[in-house]
This record gives sequence, C-alpha cells and structure tokens, in this order.
Amino acid sequence: MTRDRSEMSEDDDDQQSQSQSPPLDLRSAAIAEPCSSSSSSFSVVDSTPNKSRNCISSGTLTSQPFPDHVLENVLENVLQFLDSRCDRNAASLVCKSWWRVEASTRSEVFIGNCYALSPSRLTQRFKRVSSLVLKGKPRFADFNLMPPDWGANFAPWVSTMAKAYPWLEKVDLKRMFVTDDDLALLAESFPGFKELILVCCEGFGTSGIAIVANKCRKLKVLDLIESEVTDDEVDWISCFPEDVTCLESLAFDCVEAPINFKALEGLVARSPCLKKLRLNRFVSLVELHRLLLGAPQLTSLGTGSFSHDEEPQSEQEPDYAAAFRACKSVVCLSGFRELMPEYLPAIYPVCANLTSLNFSYANISPDMFKPIIHNCHKLQVFWALDSICDEGLQAVAETCKELRELRIFPFDPREDSEGPVSEVGLQAISEGCRKLESILYFCQRMTNAAVIAMSENCPELTVFRLCIMGRHRPDHVTGKPMDEGFGAIVKNCKKLTRLAVSGLLTDQAFRYMGEYGKLVRTLSVAFAGDSDMALRHVLEGCPRLQKLEIRDSPFGDAALRSGMHRYYNMRFVWMSACSLTRGCCKDIARAMPNLVVEVIGSDDDDDNRDYVETLYMYRSLDGPRKDAPKFVAIL
Amino acid sequence: MDEFVNLKETELRLGLPGTDNVCEEKEVVSCCYNNISNKRALPSALENEIESSTRKTETSPPRKAQIVGWPPVRSYRKNNIQTKKSESDHEVQGSYVKVSMDGAPYLRKIDPSCYKGYSELLKALEVMFKFSVGEYFEREGYKGSDFVPTYEDKDGDWMLIGDVPWEMFVCTCKRLRIMKGSEARGLGCGV
Repeated sequence: MTRDRSEMSEDDDDQQSQSQSPPLDLRSAAIAEPCSSSSSSFSVVDSTPNKSRNCISSGTLTSQPFPDHVLENVLENVLQFLDSRCDRNAASLVCKSWWRVEASTRSEVFIGNCYALSPSRLTQRFKRVSSLVLKGKPRFADFNLMPPDWGANFAPWVSTMAKAYPWLEKVDLKRMFVTDDDLALLAESFPGFKELILVCCEGFGTSGIAIVANKCRKLKVLDLIESEVTDDEVDWISCFPEDVTCLESLAFDCVEAPINFKALEGLVARSPCLKKLRLNRFVSLVELHRLLLGAPQLTSLGTGSFSHDEEPQSEQEPDYAAAFRACKSVVCLSGFRELMPEYLPAIYPVCANLTSLNFSYANISPDMFKPIIHNCHKLQVFWALDSICDEGLQAVAETCKELRELRIFPFDPREDSEGPVSEVGLQAISEGCRKLESILYFCQRMTNAAVIAMSENCPELTVFRLCIMGRHRPDHVTGKPMDEGFGAIVKNCKKLTRLAVSGLLTDQAFRYMGEYGKLVRTLSVAFAGDSDMALRHVLEGCPRLQKLEIRDSPFGDAALRSGMHRYYNMRFVWMSACSLTRGCCKDIARAMPNLVVEVIGSDDDDDNRDYVETLYMYRSLDGPRKDAPKFVAIL
Repeated sequence: MDEFVNLKETELRLGLPGTDNVCEEKEVVSCCYNNISNKRALPSALENEIESSTRKTETSPPRKAQIVGWPPVRSYRKNNIQTKKSESDHEVQGSYVKVSMDGAPYLRKIDPSCYKGYSELLKALEVMFKFSVGEYFEREGYKGSDFVPTYEDKDGDWMLIGDVPWEMFVCTCKRLRIMKGSEARGLGCGV
C-alpha cells in the first residue's frame, strides 16, 4: 500500500528519516566539527587522520587477520544494500575504513539545507552519486515572510555536479531558485538523466523546461509541483523527441501557460510507460476526454479545467463518464481547476478504486460532494477545501475507513472569514478514521474536546497540524486556551513527529510539548505562548527537534540562549517578529562558530537597530554563504 | 461562553470601531518587507489592500487589517482556488477573466482588479498580445488600429473597453475580446 508521495507535495517531511538511534552528543566543546543527528543530513567527520574517533587504526595490521583492502571489498558489497540514509550515516561513523567505503557506495544523497555545506564538499566525499535531493529556503518563506532573492540557488550545485557526476540520474529540489540556464546545463551535462522533480521552486520558465524535454532522452519523470514557471511562450510539449519516450510521470499543473494540445496528445500516445499525468488548467474537459481514451494505463491523473469553455454546443457532449470508466487503473485523482460541479459525476466510475483524491482547488458544496465520497471506500489520502463543510467531513468519516492523510484548506483564507468547518468535522474524522496518520486542518472554531478526542482515537498520528485562523482564539465553547488539546496530542500520540499549533496558547501548552513530545522533529508556532519559558520547555525537552519555526511569539534572548546545546543538532531555527536582540544573536554566533546566524530585515531604522525582525540560523560545515543579499546580515 | 469571545467587541477604546490596535502594530512590523523590496511581497499585501478597499464600498462591517503570511496558505494555492463557475454571477474578487484576440491561437487570463485603470490594462494587453490599440475617443471609439478591445458584461452585452468608469468595468466585465477587422469597426463607431 504505497501512497503516491508526489501528492504530498506541500509540506511533506522526510518521513523516512525516523531514526531509532540516538542523536550524537555534541555538547562537549572538544569536538570541533558538528555532526548531524543521524536522521537529517549525512554525518560528517573531519577527514584529517588525527581527528578520527573510535577508529580501528589501519596501522595496526597485527591485530587484523585480513588486509584492509579485502575487508573494504567485503564492506562495499554489504553496504550496497544499505538504502536508508540513517543507517548509512551510522555506518560511516564506525571507523575511517567504513567511512571510506560508505562514501564510495552512497548513490542517493539527501541535503536538507543547501547552505549546510558547499557543493564541493559533497563531491569530495561522495564519488558516485546518481541521485540528489536538495532543499533550499525555509518553509516560512512560502508565506511572504522573507524577501525574494534570498538565495538557495541551484546554480553552484549543478555546475559542480556537472563535472563530478556525469552519470547523474535524478535531481529533486524543493524551494530552490533554478534558472533556465541551470536547466540547460543539467540537460547538457547528464546524458543518462532520468528524473527531474521541482517542488515549490522558481526562477525558470517554459524555455528551461523545453530544453530538458528536448535533450534528456532518457527522461522518465518530469514533475513540476507548485512551482512558479514563467510563460516564455515556448511550445515545450513539442520539444520532446519524436520517437517513443521513457516517460512515466509528467506533472505540469502549475505551469500557467497554454499547451499545444495536439502535441500533448501525440506525446501521450508515444509514451507507453506513462502512469502519472497531471495537466494544467489550459487543458479542457473535452481534451481530457480524448487523452483518457488514449491512455487507459494511467494510475495517477490530474485533470485540467473541469468545465466547459464556451457556451454548450448543440453537438452532443462527450461521454466523460465513459472515458473515466476506461481508466481502470486510476487510483490517484487531482486537479479539478475551474470546476463546474455538474460534471463531477463523471468520475464515479473510478471512485471505488481511488486511494488518493485531491479536491483542494475545487469549491464543492456538501451536496455535490457526498454522493462522490460515499463511493471512495479505499481512500487513504484526501485533500479538500473547507467548502465541503462539517457535513462533508462526516461523510468522509462514514466511508473512508482507510484514511491515512487528511488536508482541509480554507476556501477563504482570511483571518476573519466565516469558516464552514469546525470541531464537529474534526471529531467526526477522529471517530471514523482510526488509522489517520497525518492531518492538516484549517478552521475558525475549535474545542479542546475535539482535539483530545482525536488524540485518543487516532494513535497512529505522526503529523498534527491545526490552524485556527483567527489569532489567539480560545476554545470557542469553554473560552479556555487550547493548551489541553495540544497537550493531549503530544501525550497520547506516541508516534508524533510533526506538530503545528495555533489558537490561544499559554506556556502550559509548551510545558506539555517539552514533557511529552520526545519524538517531535518539526514544530511550527505562531502567535502563541506567554513568556520565554515556553520556548525553553521545548528546547530543553524535545531531543529530536530538528526544525523549529516560530513567528510573532513573545520569546526573547533568554529563551534563545537556553537552546545553545541543541543548535548543532538541528537543521534550522526560524524566529520572526519575536523579542530577540541583535546583541544576543551575535553572542550566539560567536559562541557557535559552525552555526550561521542570519538576521533578515531592515536595520535602516536606527531606533530599532537592536531589534531582530527575523532570525534564521542553521549549522554549516563551510561557514557563512557568499551569496547573501544586502538585506541579510550574517553575524 | 461567547462572552469571552466578544469581550473585545465591547471594550472601550480610542480606535475606530472595527480596528484592532494590536493587529495594526503587528502589521507594521510584519510588513516591513514591503518597504524593502517591492517584488513578490507586495502583490499579496496589495491583494489584501484591494480586498479591504473593495469591501469598504459594500455595507459590510470594516474588516481587520490582514497580517502578512497569515493564515499560512501559499500564494500559489490562494491564487488557484477558483470560484464556482456558473453562468449567472461572476465573482470579481481575485478572479480572472479570459482574454481572447481574434487570430491568436490561445486564450490568456488576467485579473482586471490588478490594474489601476484603463491605460494600465490596455498597456498590459498590448504587451501580452503584441499589438497596439490605437487611441480612444469618447464618441468614436478606438482609432488608429485594426484592433478594438471589447468586453462582455454581466448582461451579456459586448461593450467597448473604456466606456464605463473603471470601477464599474472591474465589477461587470466577464471576459475580454480583442476584435479585429470589420467586426471591430462596427463597434468602434460610437456606442
């Protein structure tokens, strides 16, 4: 039962990296180089000979029955089978020999923060990389909390890898700045290139895509997900080679440019391996119909525009349901931009097979929604707008007993909008969908009772993200803060790794988090807490914390200082509109040389010189970056 | 129960009814990026401003100033939530209208409320479709070009762009069409 991970594009975490081995203790200042906790990035040990630890010295041959190179060969053969990066990180720390062999056999590299190290460090350590996952900007940049042109450029990475890894096959980028030139270099430098995945990226356009389409003859995957792609008015679909392609997945729903449909039809026709196709809204329903008839082997479909363009013609409308009926293999459905709800019943034939359904761009009322969801017994992943109301959520709870992931987005994403979903929907889901693992829920009203109920009914929860849109909103029935609800979540959901809190929260909520949130890796806080103690509870109590993002909360210098023992073991800390001073940030930067402390924001205003608008700090092996723009001060 | 929630509403303050001082303060702080760089940070703030200003023309109660980046929904998602497509009403706020030009192969979409007035709109159209629109005369319509910019309003009538006040245009236009040739001349000679 593999879920289609490409659906979970927005905020998916590296779920696979749930390390069972304890993080390395870096409290001792004697160890100069920072080591990651084995779960987030590859561990680093300085390669100069006299700094190795726990080493079976290669000099003492008398204590070893076999010569080193034989051992290394054996190791190589064994380590080939190690896929998980946690395991590989651990293996690399056994001794220098293991380090060497692991480095030479690692083919997939994950870099959670592109500024944690330089591209040359990557290529110096790992010699045979065929796949790179690289993440750039911090998540809060998505919400306009960071000026554009902050960085996260792909350019230095692609140019370094072009020379070092000519056999590179896969690049998966998230929140990176990628230019058309970068794409051109990629297309030219890697003849065997197979997979390009760009999630929440920007800086390129259809001309860059055209080059990739044209030059990467072995391309299997071209997934553009929630990226900003400029319309260079290039017919990129026509740039794919004329002969049969290897394409397995093509996702371009975020490309805001018209598509040459004839070329697309031809491409689909000559792509026998194509399983996943996500169209943009410039593909009409009529055109979709034709595509479906020609591609019944699809397993994942993102529809284009689900409406009729012109006034309905006098000719008969195509039988959309028949086209969907022909797609017996479709298990994942998304799109539905520009939805005309009267056409929705066309998807009935595939509902029973669906494991993943994304209605999050479609304003569907409960009446239109209920008949559809009542057929979706196998659904595991469901994204929708709150327009389906509590009533719709109740229908989901009645039918979707296999639900693992739920995301409810606001149709009207403003603080004081109406809010058609509430604790009623959450309670229903908790009672009906016991296997729930991940939830993102936007609402305007919530109660502690419903959140507690979810904590008790859904023990498998690993991700709990509740966004009560009105700031500082208490439990709307009792008037109390939401402390008890979130406290129950960290206490009862023993597998919880990701938490986002909202509503009126006192320090008590954070006390609970520090006491019970032992596996929490990612924490998002906004407009919450009363004092420094709140942040201290978390920094002192959550040993697995990797990513901490906080905005508009009353946490100051004392709290920040209290976490110094943790920062080398974390991927990043983001704090904006809190109560930090520049002086304190400077102190921390001085005390922790491998931490890059970025202060972002205007310090033109002399009165506010000491006030830190945004702090973004992260560990780095290669010191502060050289491409920081003017508005970033690296302390 | 509800008392707790509504306490703020009955609070005696010096501010205007409906404004929230805390909120404004925070907005100043959180909006500082709008001053630094006027690229992407601005449109969302502008969006919010337009929303709150168009709201003022209706009789609904004044709304809270919006905080930057809150609620945390990506702009990509915000921009792509389409309103229900129905033949009757056409919701204007933040939605796009189709623009077609006779002879051009593809439709484009624009959001008229993004522009401050007709000249900005027409300039944008000229760039988008690579044509020039000629000069607008109140009586005679557009002169000096084969192309005439028109739009379809709520009642289904095709009007010349520029004939009604800008605000009315933004509220009533359903789609745009840049006509060419003889059809254009028909509309161009006085409405």
